[in-house]
Amino acid sequence: MSLRSAADPQYQRPLTRLIDRAAGPLDRAGFEAENGYAGLKQSIKELTPQQVQAVVKDANLRGRGGAGFPAGVKWSLVPMGPDAGEKYLVCNADEMEPGTFKDRLLMEQAPHQLIESMILVGYAMQATRGYIFLRGEYIVAADRLNAALKEARAAGYVGKNVLGGEWSFELFVHTGAGRYICGEETALINSLEGRRANPRAKPPFPQIAGLWGRPTVVNNVETLMNVPHIVLNGADWFKNLSQGKSKDSGTKMYGCSGRANKTGTWELPIGTTARELLEVHAGGMRDGKKLKAWLPGGASTDFLLPEHLDLAMDFDTIAKAGSRMGTGLIAVVAEDQSIVSAVRNLEEFFARESCGWCTPCRDGLPWSVKILRAFENGQGQVEDIEVLSKLTKWLGPGKTFCAHAPGAMEPLQSALKYFRHEFENGLAKLPAEAA
Amino acid sequence: MTNTTTPQGVQTVIKLADLMKPPAPKPERFVLSDEERHEIEHELTHYPDSRAASIEALKIVQKHRGWVSDEAIPVIADMVSISAADLEGVATFYNLIFRQPVGRHVIKVCDSISCHLTGYDELRDALIQQLGVKLGGTTPDMRFTLLPICCLGACDRGACLMIDDDLHGPIEPAQVKAMLEAYQ
Repeated sequence: MSLRSAADPQYQRPLTRLIDRAAGPLDRAGFEAENGYAGLKQSIKELTPQQVQAVVKDANLRGRGGAGFPAGVKWSLVPMGPDAGEKYLVCNADEMEPGTFKDRLLMEQAPHQLIESMILVGYAMQATRGYIFLRGEYIVAADRLNAALKEARAAGYVGKNVLGGEWSFELFVHTGAGRYICGEETALINSLEGRRANPRAKPPFPQIAGLWGRPTVVNNVETLMNVPHIVLNGADWFKNLSQGKSKDSGTKMYGCSGRANKTGTWELPIGTTARELLEVHAGGMRDGKKLKAWLPGGASTDFLLPEHLDLAMDFDTIAKAGSRMGTGLIAVVAEDQSIVSAVRNLEEFFARESCGWCTPCRDGLPWSVKILRAFENGQGQVEDIEVLSKLTKWLGPGKTFCAHAPGAMEPLQSALKYFRHEFENGLAKLPAEAA
Repeated sequence: MTNTTTPQGVQTVIKLADLMKPPAPKPERFVLSDEERHEIEHELTHYPDSRAASIEALKIVQKHRGWVSDEAIPVIADMVSISAADLEGVATFYNLIFRQPVGRHVIKVCDSISCHLTGYDELRDALIQQLGVKLGGTTPDMRFTLLPICCLGACDRGACLMIDDDLHGPIEPAQVKAMLEAYQ
């Protein structure tokens, strides 16, 4: 039987090397035959939790959920030592950022890899329990993760005295019941506690007082799934995965959606250009249309233009261009598609998904939708462009309780910057003009 | 979900005979089945605090009954040791907890950006036309409920939707009729 990892002899695709969509996910035996759970075993037998943390920090693994915060730094705030008490690790598997479909693939096709990663990171922070917070609509992922977890428990990877050592760890799959805001880490914690998913004030940060008031780390699926490979292959190996395309480390799950020929998600060196994503992997725009604009990584990122396609898709480069890499899955808008309609769609989403906790977000987002609808229907008023512009400030960073509304303002502010003429085309005609 | 609208202008006349009638019987007391109770008790073991099982408990009742009625709330609240009002707040926050009866099959059509760019408007209109209900509506035969939903994480397959637990995509408007046939 040939090993799946043989398709990646140089170990350049740690996240997807064991994925074979036609054959489906590996069971425990198959996964172990591919060196699965080896990173966990090595950590528990040979490394202290601090050593695991150190190698991940050294590797500069940045959070793949969208914010790019270094995972090692996040973990370093967690109190360690024998008196630290109950601590929790939570996997943010609430993938709901519009345009993002990478964690679905990873969880459906490599469930054991996530289970191993959870246990390993649990060990690194000496967590007592872990929860995978999975969005309710991911039915297949839930089944496969639960099946993998059952196998892992039976094999002694989860439960009392993991692999016969001192440390014990319980792990559960928790499925949600909707609402985008659950992806915000403190809202996620409230939801996991069985409450309404309103975000919490920070500080205190979850690493100090999170789930049930205890130190808690929340990491994205893709972030976690890199960890066993970093432990096995070292920090330098991870840094070199970017093949000099970026000063960030590792690979990234990239993707493309919208009217492109071959939409999908691919693991590539971090720093791969958006042009390569669109033109090589996605086979270019459908029907020979030209690209008008693109979102680099989800609904809450600023639009960029065709002239930005050659930028490296990494956290700092895309930030310098005035946007955010976000989740790294681009959404492309074709030349004959309306930016005003696209922004109206985005703001409608954010308005509906606002948790309603703070006024600027709860009332400001529906206001923007109302105005955008007017422009879409050719009923915009001149002053409304100014109002939209002001909303991007009033709902911007620091003006609201969490990052939901500021995220919502990113596509709007960039649409106003690059496509003002499309808004002007949506102004109501004066009676003389109409006649 | 179906609204029975009273024609405007019709006056309600209270008749003495109606007032003399015995009061309508109270709705039957809501009782969890053994299976529901057993499943909720199992969920409770996953958390150090019982209220954390609230959402799972609501989902369990919904799985067995299709939706979560007002009468179910105090009974579920008891099991997770919070007040009915508290659980009501939770139950009304999450869009996948249905507080009204839904059809035998629930269609969740993605209306987020990638599907917007790949034909959501046309797909939604085809569904509305085929089913004869608006978004949020249930067909009179209780076969389908049509709901909009945010990004399903299947953007490479837009325009997409879910029917019950099944993901479909990309779906062209012309495929809608045949797709629905499989759900009786």
